[in-house]
Amino acid sequence: MEKNISFKLRYWRQNGPKDKGHFDEREMKDIPGDTSFLEMLDILNEQLVEEGKEPFVFDHDCREGICGMCSLYINGTPHGKTERGATTCQLYMRKFNDGDTITVEPWRSAGFPVIKDCMVDRTAFDKIMQAGGYVTLRAGQPQDANAILIPKQNADEAMDCASCIGCGACVAACKNGSAMLFVSSKVSQLALLPQGRPEAARRAKAMIAKMDELGFGNCTNTRACEAVCPKNESIANIARLNREFIKAKLND
Amino acid sequence: MTKIIDSKIPEGPIAEKWTNYKAHQKLVNPANKRRLDIIVVGTGLAGASAAASLGEMGFRVFNFCIQDSPRRAHSIAAQGGINAAKNYQNDGDSVYRLFYDTVKGGDYRAREANVYRLAEVSNAIIDQCVAQGVPFAREYGGMLANRSFGGAQVSRTFYAKGQTGQQLLLGAYSSLSCQVNAGTVKLYTRYEMMDLVMIDGRARGIIARNLVTGKLERFAAHAVVIATGGYGNTYFLSTNAMGCNCSAAMQCYRKGAWFANPAYVQIHPTCIPVHGDKQSKLTLMSESLRNDGRIWVPKKIEDAKALQAGTKKGSDIPEEDRDYYLERRYPAFGNLVPRDVASRAAKERCDKGFGVNNTGLAVFLDFSESIERLGIDVVLQRYGNLFDMYEEITDVNPGELAKEINGVKYYNPMMIYPAIHYTMGGIWVDYELQTSIKGLFAIGECNFSDHGANRLGASALMQGLADGYFVLPYTIQNYLADQITVPRFSTDLPEFAAAEKDVQSRIDHLMGIHGKRSVDSIHKELGHIMWEYVGMGRTEEGLKTALVRLKEIRKEFESNLFVPGSKEGVNVELEKALRLNDFITMGELIAYDALNRNESCGGHFREEYQTEEGEAKRDDENYFYVACWEYQGSDDKAPVLYKEPLVYEAIKVQTRNYKS
Amino acid sequence: MWLCDSSIGRKVVMSVTGIALVLFLTFHASMNVVALFSAEGYNMICEFLGANWYAVVATLGLAALVVIHIIYAFWLTIQNRQARGNNRYDVTAKPEKVEWASQNMLVLGIIVVLGLALHLYNFWYNMMFAELLGQPYLGGLHAADGYGYIVQTFSQPLFTVLYVIWLAALWFHLTHGFWSAMQTLGWSGKIWFNRWKVIGNIYSTIVILMFLVVALYFSCCGGC
Repeated sequence: MEKNISFKLRYWRQNGPKDKGHFDEREMKDIPGDTSFLEMLDILNEQLVEEGKEPFVFDHDCREGICGMCSLYINGTPHGKTERGATTCQLYMRKFNDGDTITVEPWRSAGFPVIKDCMVDRTAFDKIMQAGGYVTLRAGQPQDANAILIPKQNADEAMDCASCIGCGACVAACKNGSAMLFVSSKVSQLALLPQGRPEAARRAKAMIAKMDELGFGNCTNTRACEAVCPKNESIANIARLNREFIKAKLND
Repeated sequence: MTKIIDSKIPEGPIAEKWTNYKAHQKLVNPANKRRLDIIVVGTGLAGASAAASLGEMGFRVFNFCIQDSPRRAHSIAAQGGINAAKNYQNDGDSVYRLFYDTVKGGDYRAREANVYRLAEVSNAIIDQCVAQGVPFAREYGGMLANRSFGGAQVSRTFYAKGQTGQQLLLGAYSSLSCQVNAGTVKLYTRYEMMDLVMIDGRARGIIARNLVTGKLERFAAHAVVIATGGYGNTYFLSTNAMGCNCSAAMQCYRKGAWFANPAYVQIHPTCIPVHGDKQSKLTLMSESLRNDGRIWVPKKIEDAKALQAGTKKGSDIPEEDRDYYLERRYPAFGNLVPRDVASRAAKERCDKGFGVNNTGLAVFLDFSESIERLGIDVVLQRYGNLFDMYEEITDVNPGELAKEINGVKYYNPMMIYPAIHYTMGGIWVDYELQTSIKGLFAIGECNFSDHGANRLGASALMQGLADGYFVLPYTIQNYLADQITVPRFSTDLPEFAAAEKDVQSRIDHLMGIHGKRSVDSIHKELGHIMWEYVGMGRTEEGLKTALVRLKEIRKEFESNLFVPGSKEGVNVELEKALRLNDFITMGELIAYDALNRNESCGGHFREEYQTEEGEAKRDDENYFYVACWEYQGSDDKAPVLYKEPLVYEAIKVQTRNYKS
Repeated sequence: MWLCDSSIGRKVVMSVTGIALVLFLTFHASMNVVALFSAEGYNMICEFLGANWYAVVATLGLAALVVIHIIYAFWLTIQNRQARGNNRYDVTAKPEKVEWASQNMLVLGIIVVLGLALHLYNFWYNMMFAELLGQPYLGGLHAADGYGYIVQTFSQPLFTVLYVIWLAALWFHLTHGFWSAMQTLGWSGKIWFNRWKVIGNIYSTIVILMFLVVALYFSCCGGC
């Protein structure tokens, strides 16, 4: 029912962070439109393996847009261009045209060194989370879940902030390699909830300090992060993070 | 077989067992906790919550995951929600009722005491998660909101949009991160467990492969906890993530841990149907859709034929020609029957020729009635993200008005079909979640414990977190209390060397086959056989065929596999090959268990054992037991079965009835 | 000190100095408009802002703001380029949401600084600096005859063109800088973000128009 398309695929090969890297090219023929982008790459790999070559390496896991593992920069846009936010795994080949050239690159940022091909190391995000992205508590005997009422509006807003999947598209798109959208989403979620307030000041300071230490850039409010975020995180979060941080520093 | 299986269920009435256990179990004092090491493999809901809890209690924890971050674990993809017996809705819920629903939903094949404990701690999970900052949905007054779910007549499911699993996992991950920061948990990402190391009959460590460097590394500990999820990917196409695998469980199984009830595989009724042979995975549409969506196929076979030929669309078929078969067959529960029942009913209709897409393997899920009743805004508020997701994949928008016939508005229906989703079977554990190997514990989907033959929606998250936050941190101390005088092990011990050598030779062997076939092509073939013969409807003959075919697959795998690249550095094909080896063993195990169980119950449906109406027919007289399979030293030998009889004290076993 | 060693702190410095400079521009533009109506009035202001202690102090303060703003701009840019890594993308697509100005603030800033240098040479050097040197006729006219200098400068079309380019760059710089400063200081959110953008656009347009009108007026009719 759906048309098949043929196109030229340019994909990045790089053997480790020190390697210079280069593009490989291949003509992909008769790919059905209802194939997802990653399934198209599966087809590529099947062909490569058949020819006795090493497959193209990229991160992927759940393939339903929630794990945040996929990290491909497609034709100049993280996760490829879709109408509403979506990750690479939710990009379908029907969005491309016959005869297109499709260029696939890894996230390029000092904070995310390349491991191989398009697989990058995002442990920096874990480290930022470890610096303060939590409420300190013990498993055991917290008070009843309904003991603190939370207005629906706040809960919903916190939920929007918490939707971040930690894929790193924001860093990949940012010309400054800044991780502010990621950090601000976590800080915002917990800043909006009463449970997160006691540690709010410490959290903002610790996470920003870690983010700076890991070599992410300074936010210059270009909004590129917001434009490519697959979960539509808003830069209003960044404003909130700035507010929390400045307030914390002024109170020191 | 005469093996006495001690499931260590505490004495006393069911409601007091857990309290009694906690009151009398052995504890480890704080100074000693620092001297005890625990390996936790997996960082999903169970693994992350266990690692975090054990860490904050003061143990030294090593936590492993194959992904680049703990937050990627597949628990993240759970959409619907998490059950708890809070009774916030004042609709008559209670711990007992949650317990009862879960046992009944599990088709009376779960261990009573475990399920009761699960229901008992369910409330604490919600408290814990809210305290962590999990943004559960709330009502305007600020109270927590609930929704209803399959298999229950009360609203007890807590949810965070359609991303409950994500939020709960991020909560557990944040607690884990807190402990990593505190130095109590050491995290190893992109590490895959390759083997369990046993010393004097106890689990004492693991061999893990660093997936970035390709090097094998040794880790020793006083106890090993595996929380590595289920084996759904044995079927190749499933709703599991691409990386989900059963290798850690199979390694434990090969070292002597029993594998319980492998035949209980859950088939989720609401997935997007298969569309082509290039497909890599199936996408789940949350079960919550069944709250407002109505499932149907055409009444007339000619309509079905037209749909299959593509000459008609779902919206062309008027109300009177639609067969809402779940509402027809199960008036009391309607579209909210448990998953196994809904899946089988869909298969039954499609087998009769009423399938609605080109493959004839799909049914409709329709929102016309609810859009008319609630308005499109309310429906979109509830399911908007799922509608978007569906449109992204299929190019059809379920919220779009398609047609009006005689004043009735028809919207584009979704097409759905059942798919492998969850595995109730798993490593056998006792009440303490300890496997048949001393010092080896299994938690979450990885163990078999709480869901019987079928899991109810929103119970997987509950079980994972219950095990990790509230059960294992207690029960593991009962074991470790004896271990305080055991010093840390050196990884230079011969047992470690031998295990590493084994793994190394396995890798060398796979790399050295130099055959012609890729891992995926063999895995797809395995999946076909599993779905065909060991899938939704099983027969004795089919299962016997499957066992023969699986042997052939193993032979093909052993002789004709091709793994490109080298042992060093990232080698994705090698990772997949190692996992496929275990999937084949797992496939056989499922088939053996399915063949043994001459009854239909829950996720296991043997076509020979059904009522005239096509309902599952259990055989409580002969199969009221947990089937525990023991490995016999080689993948070529059939496993041996031990039976753990089920003892029900609180619940009377009856035929499941969702009709009235 | 967090204003130096944290990313948000550095941005706060950029924002605060930026806002202060915007306020100065507002004052300067208002002063210029006076020249349209009254040469005497304008020269009175010039005299008031001559080599008086308060004006000199304010000028030094202003210079400090500019210098800090520029130093931080380069500092941030160098850090940001490092954070970007060594490899550049082969293909890039600019999302629609992203304003051109926001990605080119440094370039715009450099144009603004060059324009500033020209402006200082045309006016400040001949006026306040001349007075400070004690040579009131350094530029040919009296140091307090600001009006005269305006007429003189804009009688040359080249300067008019350069000033227009300068003002255009400044407009782009301000439209992004204004809301960006509010965002960095945390006085923004989902609602206020759009408000600040509108306010910023209107405000910068008014200020730049005020400058532009004066420049074009004197360029066209040379103070007739």
